[in-house]
Amino acid sequence: MSNIFNFLANPSRFRIFAKSAYPYLLMIMIIFIIMGLWYGLFNSPPDYQQGETVRIMYVHVPAAWMALMVYSSMTIMSLFSLVWRHPLADTLSKSSAPIGAVFTLIALVTGSIWGKPTWGTWWVWDARLTSVFILFLIYMGHIALVRAFEDEFKGARAAAILTLFGAFNLPIIKFSVDWWNTLHQPASVIKLDGPSIHVDMMIPLILMAVGFLFFYFAFLLINVQTELNQRKLKKLFIKNLNLN
Amino acid sequence: MNIAKLKRRKRLSILLLAFIAITVSGFLILSASRDSLIYFYSPTELLEIKNIDNKIIRIGGLVRKESLISINKSKIEFIVEDGKNHLSVQYTGILPDLFREGQGVICEGKLNKNKIFIADRILAKHDENYMPPEVADALKKTGNWQGKE
Repeated sequence: MSNIFNFLANPSRFRIFAKSAYPYLLMIMIIFIIMGLWYGLFNSPPDYQQGETVRIMYVHVPAAWMALMVYSSMTIMSLFSLVWRHPLADTLSKSSAPIGAVFTLIALVTGSIWGKPTWGTWWVWDARLTSVFILFLIYMGHIALVRAFEDEFKGARAAAILTLFGAFNLPIIKFSVDWWNTLHQPASVIKLDGPSIHVDMMIPLILMAVGFLFFYFAFLLINVQTELNQRKLKKLFIKNLNLN
Repeated sequence: MNIAKLKRRKRLSILLLAFIAITVSGFLILSASRDSLIYFYSPTELLEIKNIDNKIIRIGGLVRKESLISINKSKIEFIVEDGKNHLSVQYTGILPDLFREGQGVICEGKLNKNKIFIADRILAKHDENYMPPEVADALKKTGNWQGKE
């Protein structure tokens, strides 16, 4: 296992790996999302309380999971960047942030669309909704900060520190519904006494979650390739300037 | 090689110290701002709070079964309970679709002198159970229903 890591740690080798791997990841993503959408929209029952509105969940919940998952992986990458000064960690973190921000935005928007018919409001400032909104702001801050410096290593350093600070929001998001009274309902799937969601609704939810996970993997590899190519171009440009 | 290792250890210990400091301060901030992080109070929690006359607050609980009455065309009254205590709520306006007797509800408004809660806004709270209608009916029939009606 550590051999694979060592092998991929080299940016140019990682570039070759990314180039050959991402089409497969894209394919897996498309298959799972098509299956999940078909199952969720046509083959799963309405809810006994919400009726058909429940189908928003098949986009909302996986997006919210991914918002947390992407941030968790960025936290690990930032740790690698700050302590072990790993050359790829910053690139992976920088390439993850926009994907995480999009997942967070999807979770916020679909949640709002679900909230209007179910709760009777688009938005409230309860602990869950507010902490997820803060996560979105941290993602946007990361995207801006990493590009705010002339020296890209300085930007990466600052962004890694921001990521570690912001990681304290993760347990707050997860447990906000248990620690405080919120309008948002508590967890249905990931909880101690087993899921409280019917199996016919669980299947499309899991299919979509796997699809979204591979969305992240595929687009991460695409973003990393762009990032490494840009870096190479920059080097060539500087070389040319020096020659002239 | 050794110097690099030392440096790495130093960076790791700085991060660990920062982690502990931030965890402690985060915990203190969160526990100090508990009141503003709570979105609503249950009727029991409401009893412990002072100085709520004419202040806008939110209360939440279950709508007691068979407690919903309409006073006139648009004004309704119902009882919100949390198992221990309960509170009468009056409301004028449109109700959300999921507002039902036995369901969770959050009311925003003021408590008047007669200890009746005058709500300006009503939100329906959804619980964490998801199931098809047939399953809910079957559970009710066999007497295995754990949730609210």
